[in-house]
Amino acid sequence: MTKTILAVDDSASLRQMVAFSLRASGYLVTEAVDGQDGLEKARVQVFDLVLTDQNMPRLDGLALIRALRALSTYQKVPILMLTTESSDEMKAKGRAVGANGWLVKPFDPQRLIEVVKKVVG
Amino acid sequence: MTIDMRQFFQVFFDETEELLAEMEKLLLAIDLRAPDDEDLNAIFRAAHSIKGGAGTFGITDLTDITHVLETLLDLIRKGEMALTTEHVDAFLEAKDTLKMQLDGHRLHTPVDEQIVAACRLRLQALAHSPAPHGVDTGTTALRAARHRASVAQPGLRRLHIGLPAMPAAELDALALELAMLGSLTRTDTATGTTVFLLDTISKIEEIVNICTFLLEPGDLTIAEQEIDRSGSGAAQDMVSTAEMTQGFGFFEPMNTLQMAASPLLAAQELAAEKAREMAQGYGFFEPFTAFVAAVAPPPVSAETVDVVADAKPAAGRREPERSTASSESTSIRVSVEKVDQLINLVGELVITQAMIEQRTDSLDPMRHERLMNSVSQLTRNIRDLQEAVMSIRMMPMDYVFSRFPRMVRDLAGKLGKKVEFVTVGAATELDKGLIERIIDPLTHLVRNSIDHGIELPAQRIAAGKNDTGRLSLSASHQGGNIVIEVNDDGGGLSRERILAKALERGLPVSDAMPDTEVWQLIFAPGFSTAEEVTDISGRGVGMDVVKRNIGAMGGLVEIRSAAGFGTTISISLPLTLAILDGMSVRVGEEIYILPLGHVVESLQPAPADVKDISGQGRVVKVRGQYLPLVPLHELFGITPRYLQPSDGIVVILEADGRKVALFVDDLVGQQQVVVKNLESNYRKVAGISGATILGDGGVSLIVDVSALIRSSQRLADETLLSS
Repeated sequence: MTKTILAVDDSASLRQMVAFSLRASGYLVTEAVDGQDGLEKARVQVFDLVLTDQNMPRLDGLALIRALRALSTYQKVPILMLTTESSDEMKAKGRAVGANGWLVKPFDPQRLIEVVKKVVG
Repeated sequence: MTIDMRQFFQVFFDETEELLAEMEKLLLAIDLRAPDDEDLNAIFRAAHSIKGGAGTFGITDLTDITHVLETLLDLIRKGEMALTTEHVDAFLEAKDTLKMQLDGHRLHTPVDEQIVAACRLRLQALAHSPAPHGVDTGTTALRAARHRASVAQPGLRRLHIGLPAMPAAELDALALELAMLGSLTRTDTATGTTVFLLDTISKIEEIVNICTFLLEPGDLTIAEQEIDRSGSGAAQDMVSTAEMTQGFGFFEPMNTLQMAASPLLAAQELAAEKAREMAQGYGFFEPFTAFVAAVAPPPVSAETVDVVADAKPAAGRREPERSTASSESTSIRVSVEKVDQLINLVGELVITQAMIEQRTDSLDPMRHERLMNSVSQLTRNIRDLQEAVMSIRMMPMDYVFSRFPRMVRDLAGKLGKKVEFVTVGAATELDKGLIERIIDPLTHLVRNSIDHGIELPAQRIAAGKNDTGRLSLSASHQGGNIVIEVNDDGGGLSRERILAKALERGLPVSDAMPDTEVWQLIFAPGFSTAEEVTDISGRGVGMDVVKRNIGAMGGLVEIRSAAGFGTTISISLPLTLAILDGMSVRVGEEIYILPLGHVVESLQPAPADVKDISGQGRVVKVRGQYLPLVPLHELFGITPRYLQPSDGIVVILEADGRKVALFVDDLVGQQQVVVKNLESNYRKVAGISGATILGDGGVSLIVDVSALIRSSQRLADETLLSS
């Protein structure tokens, strides 16, 4: 079955790049413009993978992950942070709220596809 | 599969432009004493997003300034540095520089690298200036301690950073940046390369991150020399150094937790895997196989939905929702041409519909009841469709207003004036075609208000006013028009000076002229009462151009002013140029359209109310006022049905504050007409502003009421002179 991915980023260009790359690799991608939008979309559909930016208006990436992990349907769904900040502090924070991994920005589409393949196959 | 990044450039450019505009808007509105956290975050996010996108799409020159900008903004939003006017000024300059670089990419306009370098240095200087105290001394002190670490501190290392040959300015910038992290010694080698010796406790990844803004990681060599007693972390750093020489490996392993818990061998494998992932710029917090198995999502059952619904309030409490919902998810970008094509097609549809309606008018309503019903349904649908389509072209006035805060700030600063700038009704919508043409005239009026209207603080205080002047821009709908006003509380127009100047220039004026007419004098070409010409305004070119431009849009300019209390310039524009509410009138065999906005009333005068006044032609008495009578058939040389106004109809028209009575045979009705440009389809015709196609397929001309009133005035003047 085609895997579904939720891509959350407030930057339209980055979001489109992520969505385009993943769609081209055969995934079904839903885009969300910020954490709040992402959370609302995640409530109506359980995705196979969530990719989220960190710095966003309304609800940031960490808060989104925390909120998703509070949903019973999102206990086991892999969540990756796409972040420009690769500090240990950020990683520790991500891990604490329940992220499964991280991908540092800027990344190239190939690397993103590679990482996503590792996670959802 | 390769993905062409260029396809995302346009979106990135548009997004960056929006972010820059947003950044400027927030910066201008910021209160230095108590900056709003959310605003600071939003400004930071803007810089952050631009940098992230620029990095991803390979538009590296933008990352340069955004990086320093982001660093500074991060310090400020975390309260580690206080926001000052210098910051705001530098940030605004950075915004301009980024805009220049952005335009260089997408419009291929020249980019002045000196400005870019100056801007970067200015931001860097701010980044290195000591943080003002009292904000958050705890963190500031801690940071300072970390950065200027003493030799005795454990973990302090000496890094040998080898750099390739690079421009001196970039090298200086890098030296400045790295000096923040510890004590730096710089050695330039004979081959043009440079070696930095940096005593720091910072991680190698930080240094690589800084350097990679200026050069390729592959060109960089970093080696570590131990200078402290504690040997911890040496092996780890050796790994990082090895990875970095390959061009990546920005991160150090962070798997200590798992390593401690796992058997040695597994730990080593894990470590190897981690190191590999780090080198590629991603990683997982736990072996990913664990969640590959869990990937098959549970079916969304009724139970799940319940749980989701229950979880909603809990999640909602965690982060207060901001009301500023992003509209991006529900909007698409469409080219203006497509919209215009749509509007044109709907225009044609309106005409076709009018034809059908006219054909059915002659049918027997009893026998064709169902057809008539369908036609009236069609009429309604088309009207709704037309409104909906026209609304696509409508843009909020904010598009124009948002340009001014910056200009006002810069101008006021330059002139030493204090100006508070307010906008009202920024959500008021106006046709895109008009909104773009209103920018220049408005810019001119705003400049004038600041330069000539609002006084210097000292003068204002002497006049008993607040030292800060108030300039407001407002927009509102009034009937079928949009009224845009520029209002200042400055010195107001000087009646005496304008009259004196007009006399000097030989304009026909008298002391008895009412104020409204005196104010209109400033629209005369080359008219300026400014005592000295500044580089901002006062050359006298402009006000006539303003009036002409607004006239060309079918608009009117009015001035209200009171000495000592300020001036209001009011511009009234039709909402759109494409569609006009018209009144159709018949003269002989012809149908003309009068723009409804100019029609005051229409009536059949009694024979006694029409009088011949020697030297002024015929006048008609309407509600006690004598108005010049203009027979439309005389203007266009048509044989009318009636020669006596009392047999036909007079339509009272008003434009530019003057009224005339237009004599026509008959009123046909009111209708919306689609304006077709006569100039582009035929040629300009005096007294006619355009044409339209009627329901019966015939062409009808739209009367240019302002021109008509002007010519009637001239006719009257000529008669006056010749008599």
